Amino acid sequence: MTEALPVLLVFVPFLAGLGQFVLGRAAPWCQQFVSGLNLILVLLLSSAVVHGDPVIADLGGWGEPLAIHLQADGLAALMLLLTAVLAVAVSLYAIPAFRDEPRPAWRFWTLWPLLLASLNALFLSRDLFNLYVTLELVTLGAIPLVLLAGPNKTVDAALRYLLFALLGSLVYLAGVALIYAQAGTLDLALLPAALPEGTLSGPLAAALIITGVLIKGAILPFHIWLPAAHGNAPAAVSAILSALVVKAAIYLLLRLWTGPLEPLVSNDAGQLLGALGATAILFGSWQAFRQSRLKLVVAYSTVAQLGYMLLFFPMAVTAAWQGAVYHGLAHGIAKAALFLAAGNILYYLGQDRLEALRGIDRPLAVSLLAFGLAGVSIMGLPPSGGFTAKWLLLSASLQTGQWWWTTVLIAGGLLAAGYIFRVLRLAFLQADDATAPHHGPVPGPLMAWTATALALLALALGLISAPLLDLLGEMPGGTS
Amino acid sequence: MTGFDPFALAAAGLIAFGLYGFCVCGHPLRRLLAINLVGNGVFLALILIARRLPDGPDPVPHAMVLTGIVIAVSATAFGLALIRRQARPEDGGND
Amino acid sequence: MSTAYQAMPLWVLLSSLLAAAIIFALGEGHPRLRIGINLAAALLKLVLVGVMLLGVRAGHEFIVRLPLVPGIELILHADALSMLFISLSAILWLATTIYAIAYLEDSPNRARFFGFFSLCVAATMGIATAGNLFTFFVFYEMLTLATWPLVVHRGTSKAMQAGRSYLCYTLGGSAVLLLGIVLLHSLAGPQEFVAGGTLADYAGSNPQALAVIFALLITGMGVKAALAPVHGWLPTAMVAPAPVSALLHAVAVVKAGAFGIVRVVYDVFGIELTQSLGFAEMLAVVASITIIYGSLRAIWQTDLKRRLAYSTVSQVSYIVLGVALANPLASIGGLVHLVHQGLMKITLFFCAGCYAETHGIHAIDELDGIGRRMPWTTAMFTLGALGMIGLPPLAGFVSKWYLGLGAVAGGQLWVVGVLLLSTLLNAIYFLPILHRAWFKPPPEADDGLAEAPMGLLGPTLFAGLAALAVGLFAGFDWSPLAWVELLVEREYSP
Repeated sequence: MTEALPVLLVFVPFLAGLGQFVLGRAAPWCQQFVSGLNLILVLLLSSAVVHGDPVIADLGGWGEPLAIHLQADGLAALMLLLTAVLAVAVSLYAIPAFRDEPRPAWRFWTLWPLLLASLNALFLSRDLFNLYVTLELVTLGAIPLVLLAGPNKTVDAALRYLLFALLGSLVYLAGVALIYAQAGTLDLALLPAALPEGTLSGPLAAALIITGVLIKGAILPFHIWLPAAHGNAPAAVSAILSALVVKAAIYLLLRLWTGPLEPLVSNDAGQLLGALGATAILFGSWQAFRQSRLKLVVAYSTVAQLGYMLLFFPMAVTAAWQGAVYHGLAHGIAKAALFLAAGNILYYLGQDRLEALRGIDRPLAVSLLAFGLAGVSIMGLPPSGGFTAKWLLLSASLQTGQWWWTTVLIAGGLLAAGYIFRVLRLAFLQADDATAPHHGPVPGPLMAWTATALALLALALGLISAPLLDLLGEMPGGTS
Repeated sequence: MTGFDPFALAAAGLIAFGLYGFCVCGHPLRRLLAINLVGNGVFLALILIARRLPDGPDPVPHAMVLTGIVIAVSATAFGLALIRRQARPEDGGND
Repeated sequence: MSTAYQAMPLWVLLSSLLAAAIIFALGEGHPRLRIGINLAAALLKLVLVGVMLLGVRAGHEFIVRLPLVPGIELILHADALSMLFISLSAILWLATTIYAIAYLEDSPNRARFFGFFSLCVAATMGIATAGNLFTFFVFYEMLTLATWPLVVHRGTSKAMQAGRSYLCYTLGGSAVLLLGIVLLHSLAGPQEFVAGGTLADYAGSNPQALAVIFALLITGMGVKAALAPVHGWLPTAMVAPAPVSALLHAVAVVKAGAFGIVRVVYDVFGIELTQSLGFAEMLAVVASITIIYGSLRAIWQTDLKRRLAYSTVSQVSYIVLGVALANPLASIGGLVHLVHQGLMKITLFFCAGCYAETHGIHAIDELDGIGRRMPWTTAMFTLGALGMIGLPPLAGFVSKWYLGLGAVAGGQLWVVGVLLLSTLLNAIYFLPILHRAWFKPPPEADDGLAEAPMGLLGPTLFAGLAALAVGLFAGFDWSPLAWVELLVEREYSP
């Protein structure tokens, strides 16, 4: 029966999205049901994966070379798990957040399950072309969600996002074409053996694929579309985008690097990616520190945090593999909590300029608590998932003798403390006048506590890493 | 695929023109067109790759091109709608 | 042994962690219930600590292990050294809680304050019972984070500045500490705290690496222990409310740093290795410089709490000095000062809080004649101050006596000089305060008797008398001194 799970994971949310579209009005309860079911399916799938080999579903029963496989291994299961947990939290959060706006609500409840289906499909895909298709689906599902904050405000950001995403996927597709020309297959499992060695176009194809994914993943220097898009979208959408959508691109990079691209890439390429990641950490954190709007702080923080995952590539040992993936999980949960908390503040104040945050701790105590707790994980302080990931990456850097990444990791943590505490201190400052102007009601318990629950989960990730890292397993094809 | 191949040259040219256009053009409409040029170049390259089998064309790249075109058309339509909205923000109200 | 009994350190930790969670969840709404929970948790902890104390004295060691990261465990391990710190913190937590309830009566954000306060104590319990450096670091960071909201509690721009300075120092310090721990881990694998240390095997093969690690660990902990030159945050942080100062100076923060240094020297490197690699002497020099420097700076401070803060900078280094001298007698002096300094300094800060709260007095020259108006408070202040100077038979004297004996026994006579000079400086900065308080006439307008309210005075009296008792009854079986002698005996004869 486990073979049916990957198929259900793609089709249940997909059909739910279509149903919502046909229905023509918002039906939030339906999505609660879907995200709950999705979580159960993922848990079943994970327990199947942890006890044995990857779960593979052969769609339609076509033989090679046209067969389409859905496959779940440890890495895919972890990403699905992250997606499923966030889907539950974000879906709950979105009920009150979209309650007063029927049209955007309907669009959200239609697009969000479609995006969920695309994400699931992306994590389950096993060939290069399906990955291209699912990447595009994710993009086309994500961008309209950005527009829900009010088209006039977000159209520039959305357009820029779209143009970069399209360019990225075409560059990726060009690389895929070159690979196919040489190997005659697109299946990730068959590729390493099928690729001829020593050709010039092999590394070129790898470079194109990696560049395309970097553009999609908003890695420096291709990050320029991200802050505006993530900073202006509705909070629930920002959480999905920062925690999952860009993460999907990095996931792809990890998967391809350790799979089909492994014979094509060199150590220098790894160092280059590491350098990009390090620059992203330092630059993104510094930019986050300089922003004057709360959501932009959090958005630039994403630019920085994605950099940590790139530090896997120069080190390429199991500790780094576990560290990078675990960082993906921890950052996903913590960043979603940060965006939801920021969304609550925006909901209450009607704006998110930092100076307006003075003395808001009373009405928004729970949301600020969530912000602070999630910040602990972002800063990489114990006990939190962020710390576990940082510890693993630090160990990897010393294990491989590449101490320069050690300094980057430590400096990145300190810079993150800078921008997190810059926000928190404002909340502790005494307000000049007792009645700070605000426009909205105090966010309800559902909005406040979903953010807090995610933040607590980010901390808990520091305590429950053993089974999750077990599920992930060793670095695939580990040579060192 | 030996010697001079005008199709390969055309594909490379389209991709190069498109990338150049994306980098130097500021207007979103021009950038969208540039992306379409890159896309056509990539699709052309895929069709060339389909010739690799001795006995008739390889169906896989053809399937990829077809899927790619569908995606490209819908993405372009979405991009055009966004550009139109950007140019005339008062248009369409709630749309 | 049942598992529940074996897991005592966990219950001690949870008693204040759960209190913090409940206090946060209650919010500002239920002051009486909050006070009740707070006191109940503090009392419960005291009972638990008492049970543990009996167990450890009988030779039992409590260990709880939780797997955390593959290959690394979170270990809570209550040994004799832990108990020294835990007992001090548990007792002073109760006193400080009562004091803080009275001190913050009717001020805003009390739930936030008491929540983070309990969290600080929970972190301190974790630090005290940490069974390896990794666990130590986890709670050390938790302490940093939980203390910051207390330092900035007032929300004034001065408090914010103090908070920023605190964070810059402590987060910088913990980054250094983390680096040291990771380096040690990559060199030697996971290391537990074991009396006598575990690194002797690496001394021959890799002394430079050990030196770097030692320097990183000590620097990282030295920030919290306020060793010069990384002491700068402590005097700035005195803008926080008096109970917070008590927490910083006596219950938790600087103690955590000093305690960490003790652990590193005793249980990671081991005294022999520390000495043979020449680290001990360097540490002694740094500690001596801090002792003299802190005292000198204290003389020039006109603000009472600032002067006390510099006094802490100086006094905490006695602990480090005692450890660095690396012989049994000096170790007794240093370790017992962990308790003695805590009791004396909390008395002094409680008194400073009473002065500030009752009469709005912050500067030292406003203290003229206060002894007539607040005799009890001033009597306690006098006890604390004389104890700090080291007047026999008060607590400070006991510490200094053993330190001096250790220095002589170890042939390091210059340390005796440091101790004498420090005593002289202590007298120079404390005696004028006492003179003002007792012998100068109060300003004309107000000279009626006006003691602090009972909620403030009670804990002050308790702390002051406890500070007196640990000195007077140092020879008794259950005194901190006796406990430390037992501890040092175990440490030096493994």
